[in-house]
Amino acid sequence: MKSLEELKRIKEETLKAMDLRQSKDRGKIVVAMGTCGIAAGAKDTLMAVIEELDKAGVHDVQVVQSGCMGLCDREPTIEVSMKDQPSIIYGDVDDANARRIVREHVQGGQVVAELVIKRGNL
Amino acid sequence: MIRNQLLICAGGACITSGEKSVKDVLAEELARNGIQDEVQIIETGCMGACDLGPIVVVYPEGTFYQKVTAENAGLIVSEHLVKGRTVPGLLYHGPTSEARAQTSEEIPFYTRQVKRVLRNCGVIDPLSIEEYIARDGYFGLGKALEMGPDAIIQMVTDSGLRGRGGAGFPTGIKWKAAKDAPGSPKYVVCNGDEGDPGAFMDRSVLEGDPHSVIEAMVIAGFAIGASTGYVYVRAEYPLAIERLEIALSKARAYGFLGKNILGSGFDFDIEIRIGAGAFVCGEETALLRSIEGKRGMPSIKPPFPAQAGLWGKPTLINNVETYANVAQILINGVDWFRSVGTAKSPGTKVFALAGKVQNTGLVEVPMGTTLRELVFDIGGGIPGGKAFKGAQTGGPSGGIITADYLDMPIDFDSVKELGTIMGSGGLIVLDEDNCMVDVAKFYLAFTVDESCGKCTPCREGTKQMYRIMERITDGKGTPGDIDRLKSLGRVIQQTSLCGLGQTAPNPVLSTIRFFEEEYRAHIEDKKCPAHVCQHLLTYSINPDKCVGCTACARQCPVQAITGQVKKPHVIDQATCIKCGACYEACRFGAIRKE
Repeated sequence: MKSLEELKRIKEETLKAMDLRQSKDRGKIVVAMGTCGIAAGAKDTLMAVIEELDKAGVHDVQVVQSGCMGLCDREPTIEVSMKDQPSIIYGDVDDANARRIVREHVQGGQVVAELVIKRGNL
Repeated sequence: MIRNQLLICAGGACITSGEKSVKDVLAEELARNGIQDEVQIIETGCMGACDLGPIVVVYPEGTFYQKVTAENAGLIVSEHLVKGRTVPGLLYHGPTSEARAQTSEEIPFYTRQVKRVLRNCGVIDPLSIEEYIARDGYFGLGKALEMGPDAIIQMVTDSGLRGRGGAGFPTGIKWKAAKDAPGSPKYVVCNGDEGDPGAFMDRSVLEGDPHSVIEAMVIAGFAIGASTGYVYVRAEYPLAIERLEIALSKARAYGFLGKNILGSGFDFDIEIRIGAGAFVCGEETALLRSIEGKRGMPSIKPPFPAQAGLWGKPTLINNVETYANVAQILINGVDWFRSVGTAKSPGTKVFALAGKVQNTGLVEVPMGTTLRELVFDIGGGIPGGKAFKGAQTGGPSGGIITADYLDMPIDFDSVKELGTIMGSGGLIVLDEDNCMVDVAKFYLAFTVDESCGKCTPCREGTKQMYRIMERITDGKGTPGDIDRLKSLGRVIQQTSLCGLGQTAPNPVLSTIRFFEEEYRAHIEDKKCPAHVCQHLLTYSINPDKCVGCTACARQCPVQAITGQVKKPHVIDQATCIKCGACYEACRFGAIRKE
């Protein structure tokens, strides 16, 4: 270790790896991973959401899984709850749609209307 | 891509509760479900809720799972990670609340705590220097090297940090004394000989965040002009020693120890010295003699270690918890440090909550927190609905705080008028089933054992006090015993060479002060009101409950119980040796213990 600059670099890099343990207060994305969801490919949806957030450099949005929320016909489903906004449930969220939602809704603040199943709380 | 992290508490208590097998099961299940590359397992230092271990926290949700075993750990993988459903049976639930998916932030045990010393414990992998750095580790050292020794010492002084080992001496003043003292070379020593029974605050810091101590020692060395440091850890802490060794070698590899640290031209390195089972070696001068290879016996002060310590040279010696505060003070500033706590005792204190309390474990709270908050709000109160009788603070050097003083804010100065000390942070909660005479006798037995023998008041005096206590609990107390204990205790307090002797009478004097009637019951009535002191108990059989199963008679080692099968039995009091075997054997609750 030669300098403070090196110290800062290690800090930045390691913080990314510890990212999951930091508090996330800008929002939460819930990916339904019930049996129906998994059968419809929710696993890919989950990984796509995480990758896309990481690519966009977003570190204050939590991504968690839940069980089936009952809309089995429209799986994979995800719920996007950004702070101070009503939560939106999207359906038919495959890999491509997941990435689109992250880019347009989470980053861009624009709800992706054609994929919405429900606005507000269940 | 990692999508979840499983943080497993690997503090000493959780390890003895089976943490390793939990970790193995989790790793196997992750592999079996094919998600081992998406989920990371991290072993952290003590999370504090020792009663609830083994503990697994799932991130990013922060779901807190308690009492995880090798048998049920698999559910965390198959239910939570694969299917997104929390595992109800493993969720936190207090004694009265229902199990809910709760993060640590929502659990009452944690909500009132302010984790500064323990901020990394339970969060980072203690073996990872990178994770320590990610949480601003070694940035304090960087700042210190820019500030220069005088500014560092000024900041530590202004912060008002006081020694957390128990004496509460202003840390900045000690650092200044060591810096100003003539002589070379100088030394920096860390007192990790945490000897109080029931105290494990320092252990958790050394096991869970060893770099916080290393960084502070380098800063201290720079401030006082020393280039060698020693961490004296008691041999009973092998995990702390192991993790410290790993941390030291990583610190060296990164250039935080050794020559020309961070390009400043300053050299500093640290060695570990292991204790050998002597409580007295927690006393600073005895500790230094022990490092020198001599028998651990205290020496008279002055001269203080800052003037003449190791090998007669100026030595700065501080407690683990004191050091763990330093780097954060430098990074966050004096106002931040003083923003919690009291005016004369700023900052936080780590307490080891043990005894008759629901939530045993490690808690860190602002100085000035009341005993009531510690025992009832954070501690969860007394189990079984029993009555609070007192809290023993300061280990063998302390006394009892009774129910009348539950709202007393606890800091260095407030409890002195009650005849006790805050000490290093051990807090043993006692309830109506504890005998105060017995508790005081226990602590006295400890100090009698640990007395080094150098000075007469401690060597002879504590033994005589103990003999009186033994007579009292054996039912052979005589009038005048209480006065004898008080006058003997005062002499020992005033004339002993070191803190061990000076404080050894405290538990006895404190219990006499607040529970004199309990002593009188033992001495005059030959009775133990709490039904603890074996020799003062009377075992008898309640004829209404006895069914004549003869289980007790068969257990009795002296054949004191007689009776016909299926008829109530009788204990012959003259023969009974009060061993309690019958009480343990009876399945009908027919044996009365009075």
